[in-house]
Amino acid sequence: MQNLSDHIMDIAQNAIRANATRVEIDVEESEARDALVLVIRDNGDGMDADTVQRVTDPFFTSRTTRKVGLGVPLLKQNAEATGGRLSIRSAPGKGTAVEATFSRSHLDRPPVGDIAGTIVLLAAANPGMEVRYRYVTDKGTYTFSSGETRTFLGDTPLDDPEIVAALREMIAENIKDIQV
Amino acid sequence: MEKIKTLADLKRIKENVQAKIDLREKSEQSGELIQIKVAMATCGIAAGSKEVMNYFIDHLEENGIRAVVTQTGCMGYCYAEPTVEITKPGREPIVFGEVTTKRAGEIIQKYLKNDELVEGIIPVNYHTIQE
Ligand SMILES: Nc1ncnc2c1ncn2[C@@H]1O[C@H](COP(=O)(O)OP(=O)(O)O)[C@@H](O)[C@H]1O
Ligand SMILES: [Mg+2]
Repeated sequence: MQNLSDHIMDIAQNAIRANATRVEIDVEESEARDALVLVIRDNGDGMDADTVQRVTDPFFTSRTTRKVGLGVPLLKQNAEATGGRLSIRSAPGKGTAVEATFSRSHLDRPPVGDIAGTIVLLAAANPGMEVRYRYVTDKGTYTFSSGETRTFLGDTPLDDPEIVAALREMIAENIKDIQV
Repeated sequence: MEKIKTLADLKRIKENVQAKIDLREKSEQSGELIQIKVAMATCGIAAGSKEVMNYFIDHLEENGIRAVVTQTGCMGYCYAEPTVEITKPGREPIVFGEVTTKRAGEIIQKYLKNDELVEGIIPVNYHTIQE
């Protein structure tokens, strides 16, 4: 995992596997509080308390394809390396929220990476799912919704390469406006 | 070009894309689509699966290939990531391993366009990959 966008894709894939129809990604950056908070919320199957306990253990996975699950432990490790933390709220049938807090200015804080590209990819690769991205900084808030975008597009496919490129630019421009 | 800031700014692009699609659908018999699933779990992402998925989205159309690209979970071939499963209509799915963007290009040119096989096919005792 090279950057936060990779983590976002990875954690979102957990939500997709848990049959989520809605994934919300919040990135909150505050210069004043020197914090970067990433929250990935889904309305998927959720986990019981025992499972939540074990998710941050790299030797836990509910998959049958491989013996270790690394996605959540890697995000936790990266958050903690900056003096931050990771927490998970989840309940069966109620969905899951994974929250990672980073010290924004810490040298070990992974770069954000191509978040605009990642959000558009998630939207394009999951036609039946609402992907909502919200970026909050000291300067303002920007929200992208794949559902709203699909309504606007009508019959025109979101995953057309020209549309993908245009949406990536739209999100990137809005991020740039309020970046701290 | 004007900056795109809102969905409204996308209107012209949308109309152009729709016109392109309408034209294409008139000239083609629209059959079933090819399904391309990119494994997007931890190992896959670390190995570059996002870039590979972007490559497919960017290059299928210009090669005249009608396909849907979606993401899926771990296929259990961590040693061979990025992995991609391709299902041509009416065929068994084929899993390709170590699909860099360069190999994605080869898959488009050979397997998708000309039905030639390329190296790197993972022999599967096939079990579906969404687990
Ligand atoms: N959003 C989620 N909804 C339901 N279960 C989850 C979610 N995220 C993680 N899990 C559970 O935690 C396990 C470990 O997740 P992770 O660390 O990403 O490894 P992996 O996805 O490779 O199994 C998963 O196998 C799954 O059982
Ligand atoms: Mg995972």
